[in-house]
Order: sequence, then structure tokens, then C-alpha cells
Amino acid sequence: MPKLKIEDLARIREQARRATLLREGAGRVKITVHLGTCGIAAGGRNIMTAVLREIEERNLHDVLVTTSGCAGLCSREPMMTVEVLGQPPVKYVDLTEGKVKEIFAEHIVGGKIADRYALAVGSERVM
Amino acid sequence: MPYRVHCMVCAGTGCVSNRSLEVRDALENEIRKRGLQDEIQIVTTGCNGFCAVGPLMVVQPDGIFYQQVSAKDVPLLVEEHFIKGRPVQKLLYKPPEAAAPIPKMSDIPFFKHQRLIALRNRGLIDPEKIEDYIARDGYQALVKALTEMTPEQIIEVITKSGLRGRGGAGFPTGVKWQKVRQAKGEPKYIICNGDEGDPGAFMDRSIFESDPHSVIEGMLIGARAIGARYGVVYIRNEYPLALERIQIAIQQAREYGLLGENILDSGLDFDISVTRGAGAFVCGEETALIASVEGRLGDPRARPPYPAEYGLWGKPTCINNVETWANVPPIILHGWEWYSQIGTERSKGTKVFSLVGKVRNTGLVEVPMGITLRQLIYDIGGGIPGDKKFKAVQTGGPSGGCIPAGMMDQPIEYIAPDGKREARDYLDLPIDYESLTDVGSMMGSGGLVVMDEDTCMVDVARYFLAFTQDESCGACTPCREGTKLMLDILNRIVDGHGTMDDLRALEEIAWVVKQTSLCGLGKTAPNPVLTTLKYFRDEYLAHIEAHKCPAHVCRALNTYRIDPVICVERGHGCGVCRRECPEKAIFGEKNQPHRIDQTLCKKCGVCVEVCHFNAVIVE
Ligand SMILES: Cc1cc2nc3c(=O)[nH]c(=O)nc-3n(C[C@H](O)[C@H](O)[C@H](O)COP(=O)(O)O)c2cc1C
Ligand code: FES
Repeated sequence: MPKLKIEDLARIREQARRATLLREGAGRVKITVHLGTCGIAAGGRNIMTAVLREIEERNLHDVLVTTSGCAGLCSREPMMTVEVLGQPPVKYVDLTEGKVKEIFAEHIVGGKIADRYALAVGSERVM
Repeated sequence: MPYRVHCMVCAGTGCVSNRSLEVRDALENEIRKRGLQDEIQIVTTGCNGFCAVGPLMVVQPDGIFYQQVSAKDVPLLVEEHFIKGRPVQKLLYKPPEAAAPIPKMSDIPFFKHQRLIALRNRGLIDPEKIEDYIARDGYQALVKALTEMTPEQIIEVITKSGLRGRGGAGFPTGVKWQKVRQAKGEPKYIICNGDEGDPGAFMDRSIFESDPHSVIEGMLIGARAIGARYGVVYIRNEYPLALERIQIAIQQAREYGLLGENILDSGLDFDISVTRGAGAFVCGEETALIASVEGRLGDPRARPPYPAEYGLWGKPTCINNVETWANVPPIILHGWEWYSQIGTERSKGTKVFSLVGKVRNTGLVEVPMGITLRQLIYDIGGGIPGDKKFKAVQTGGPSGGCIPAGMMDQPIEYIAPDGKREARDYLDLPIDYESLTDVGSMMGSGGLVVMDEDTCMVDVARYFLAFTQDESCGACTPCREGTKLMLDILNRIVDGHGTMDDLRALEEIAWVVKQTSLCGLGKTAPNPVLTTLKYFRDEYLAHIEAHKCPAHVCRALNTYRIDPVICVERGHGCGVCRRECPEKAIFGEKNQPHRIDQTLCKKCGVCVEVCHFNAVIVE
């Protein structure tokens, strides 16, 4: 390992930023991929892979991905919920890898909800 | 692909001894088996402080806290949580009286009330990866200190921040640095005191284990400030994991050029070596420690000259505690204004305490100075287990004293920072260096032992004195002979042979030892005796005059008796005590009341332990 310069420190810090944010539970966008039995059967795993690949290719540092069980709408799986900080969550249904790409471009990066794939804006209240 | 889940498995000493590494291995296997190795990262961290419920792990980004995880829980955990996103209920933390578990770490009372500065990275980084440290602003304070600040400015910031030594005495750190900077002699040295000899204290170990680079960065900043060329980290050999991690960290820092020559092209030369101590309490004392580093017997010497002028190899030396060093980088990075807002008027910042004894949540906690005993024991500690009464809290380890809860409703006079006198409950006493000294105890390294009604205060004093007596190096007469005499007297008292003359002698010797000993060990060794004499004199009197131990701890003073009614009606004279008594001192027939022959009874207490019906009464 060559000797570090001050710029190198900044670079290492920037590279590891994603991990740090994730561990602090902080992020601008939270994506929940529904991976109940139904979600997995409908191909949810591929959606997860597509989501993670998008994050990598676009070098996004502020997007957290979690999973959840069945959302109670098995016929519309695979599904994911996108939650931009300070905005109501949006549920996207009948997903394909291509649609995930578009949602990333329009909503997650672009900031505009991809209406045509969205089921609903907002979500049910829990308790 | 980026990881979507970081599973932070605690690999501090406590959790490792509860087999957390097996959990980690099982996780890695299971994750590979399910093809999730590119999505889920398993990270081993240092101690999280809640060792009592270990092995523990935290799953991020959700912050779900799992406790008492074993390798066999892993398949379910991976299936339910990592795949389906459902936290596993049975592994969540549930406070004893609560109806529902608390899934998130940040909601658990034990963690919620803490404020982490020295332990800022605990549980968040892999201590064996320098990149993890850098990611959390690591070495940024060093950059600032090297590029934007003069040595004088660094010392000014540390002084104004109000940081005081966390090794016990609370000496202002900036003042010490200034002294070493001004002292004549080259090269200058920096020492990190990680001897941590107080029984029950483990904050320094925890810092080494969870965030070793924070200590290195602190020392580097210190080196720049005082102009030191070499550093020494002194750790006791009983801390193998801490030793390993600091050595790895030093190695990584060297490879990155953060130790060595011309660090970050700034012209600063500084390197650190590690010295292992053999685990003598007195070697935590600075002059003894220096002797030990030089390869001599760890004997203290009279001060002055202080190490600041005449330290390691006779050169100016700045010695600070591990926790003190770990506090330095955030202060430099965020400024003295930020730091000095935290804490009390005279004691700034936070302090790490090891909360142990008769309290529900034992562990390591970092809290702002000025927190009250009540908050610490009840809010964070969860109170006293069982329906026992809170009796006292011992602070400062063997050099500290006992603060009674018996005075809870009898307010003491507290002199507020502005000089105003006000009455306060002991429990509501804000903890800082001065307030603890005012009540006859001390901060020490931050040990906090909570005691309930089943604790005998004479026995407690005897316990701590036995420790210091054993650890006394013998160099000076008052400490060597005085602690021995005191211990003899205390042993007589707990055996029921103490007299009032003994009590008078005990007090007198205690003051002599306190005032005339050579080093801090002897000067503070009588504190447990003096505070218990002050606040719990009646217990001493009960032992001496009535030959009774009110807490029934001192067995020689107990009388064991079997309640004939309970024995027959509930136990039907089961006879387990008769069979188990090693002295064959118990007589009786089945279905008949049993009886202890007091002339044969050696008061071992086995009958109490074996009786299922609580028929044995201790008086
Ligand atoms: C008997 C005795 C034991 C001590 N043990 C320790 C110790 O384990 N760790 C420590 O940092 N300081 C210990 N000290 C205090 C050191 O002498 C010294 O004051 C301290 O390391 C200075 O660092 P600080 O200003 O950062 O607290 C001990 C002092 C005495 C008298
Ligand atoms: S070792 Fe895991 S919490 Fe202390």
C-alpha cells in the first residue's frame, strides 16, 4: 500500500460512504422489495438483483434496500415500494427488470413518480 | 453489487466468549447456501456494551437488535429477516416487565439514553479495517490538525473544550499537553495508559476492541501538539483481543503512512509501539507504568518531577488514558464549543461507565457528565432486579467509595457550579468529578457497582481492601503495613471477633495511610473503608457489638435454624438438608421437623441453598 495523501483519505471516505450511511440507517430513498412466498414465486429475487445492480451502476450512495413479506396483493407481484424521504411511499406492481430500470431513472434519480407502473401513492396505516 | 443488509455481529470479548464467532460462521454459511453473499455483508464489530444479553447483533439499515443469538437460530433468521424482511420475534430484546419486545436498538432504554463520543464508532465499524474508520470521518481531525492548526491552537482547543483525564484524577488534558510542550528535552514521548487495573472496569479494553484507530488518531494529534516523536500504548497482557486489534490498527496505519515519517506530507514524524503489562494494578500509576515500559520493576516513585518533565527515559512524556485519547479527534473536528456544551460546569463531555452489580442491565454505557445516579441506575440500568431494595453504589473501583441510597430521602447539600448551595437527593446527584469527591468517593476510571440490601458493606470494604493490599507494591511503609493492618482488622470484624478498639484503630490507620502513602494506590486505598465507616457505621457496630451481619453475608455471624412448621407442612421433612450437610449437623426423620445442632454447625450455608421450601432461616 503506497503512502496516503490527504486526497486519498477523502476518496476512501467517499467510497465507503454508502456503507456508513446504511449502517447509520440513513438514506434519501428506501426501497422495499416484497419477498413473501408469492413475491419470490413471481420472480422477486430477480427484481432484487436488478435493484441492487441499478444502485451499483448508477453509483447511488443514498438508497437503502430492504425486504418485506407479502403485501397482501399477491396477484400483482413482483412488487416494490419506493419511499423518498419526506414523500409518501409509492407501490410499484407487476415489475420486470426493464421496469425497474425505468423507475430508477424517473423516480429514484429523476424525482418524478413513474405513474404508469404505480399502484397507489401512500400506504395503509398500521395501528 | 452493493450490499443491502449489513449484519453487525458483536465480536467483543463478552460476545466472543458466548460464541458469537460461531454465529458469524453459521451466518456466512447460510448466506452462501442461499446465494445471498453479494447482498448481505457480515461485519464483526467491537463490544456494544450490552454484553449481558450477548451474543448480540444489529441488522442495518433497519437497526434491528438481536440478543442471545445462537448458531442454530441462523437458518430461521436468514429466511425470515434477510429474505422476507420480518424480524424474528423470539430473538428481540424484551425488558423484564414489558409486554412486547423492542425491535430497534435505538428504542431500547439501555442505548437510548447514551451519548457516544469516545465510543462513537462502536458497533458501526469493523475495528480491523482502517477503511471503516476512515469512512466515519476517521483521520479527518488529524488532517485538520496538520493543515489548519498550529500546535498552540490544538492545545488551546483541547484546553477550552474542558476535556479532563479519564484515567481517574481528572487533570485538565490541555494543561498537561502545554506542560509537556514547554518542557525541555528531546525526544518527547506520548503514552496511552491502557493498564485498566480496576476490577470490573472494561471501558478501555472496549475502546481498543471496537475502535482502535480512534486512539491512534488521538495520539497523533497529541504528537503534533506537543512535538512528540514516539508513542507507547501500554496494555495489560490479559487483554489479548485488545492487543491484537491495536497491533493490527498500528500496522495498517503504518502501511497507509499515517504512522512513520512525514505523515501525510506534513513533516510530522511519529510512530507507536505496544508494551504489554503483566497486570499489576500499580502499573496503571503513571510513574510505575513508565518504569515498567523501561523494563524495570513496576514501582512508583515520588512526584514531582512529573512525567511531563521527567518521564520515559528521563524525557518529557505526556501520559493519558485510552478514553482521553479517544475523545481528542471529535473535539478537534467539531470544535471546543461543541464539546464544552456537553456535561456540567466543571466536567465536560461524556464518561464511559461500567455499570455492574445488582442492576438489571449491566454493561458499558457512555453518558454525558452530570447525569444523575437515578438516571443511570433506573433509566439505563433498568433498576434493581427482584423486589430488592437499592442500598448503595460504589464508584471509582478500589480507590473509590460507597454512596448510600439510605440517604436517598435525606438530602445532602450540593454546591452548584455557580457556588449556590442546594439540597439534593444522593440519587439525583449529578455525576461529575467534583460531586463524587464531595461525597467521599471518586470518578476513578468509571466503575459503578450497584448494591442491594443483600450486600454487607463491611464485606465490601474488606473485598476492595483485600485487592489493594494484595496489589500494594510494598515500596512505602504506610501502604505496605497499613493496608495489611486494616485488612486484619476487617477480617476480625467479619469473623465476629472485632472490638471497638479495632474500629478506632481502623479509622486512625486509614487516615494515616491516606495521608502518608507514596502513590495514589495507598492514598486512595482507604476510601472504601472510610466511606463505609461514614455512611454505614451501624453495620460495623452490628458486627462488633451484636455479632450480627445485617445482610447475612458474613457467615461466621449467622445462625442457621430450621422452621419446624415449614419443614413439615411444606417439605414433609424431606431430609435433603440432612443429606447435604457436610458436617452432619442436621438431624430429623422423614415427615418430622429437622433440626440443626448448633455445636456442630460450621455455618457453610449449604442447607439454605438446597432447601426447596425456604425452611432454613438465617439470623
Ligand atoms: C494505583 C493507580 C492505578 C492507576 N491505574 C490507571 C489505569 O489503569 N489507567 C489509567 O489511565 N490511569 C490510571 N491511573 C492514573 C495514572 O496515574 C494517570 O494519572 C493517568 O493515566 C493520566 O491520564 P489522564 O490524565 O488521561 O487520566 C492510576 C493511578 C493510580 C494511583
Ligand atoms: S462483547 Fe458484545 S456487547 Fe460487549
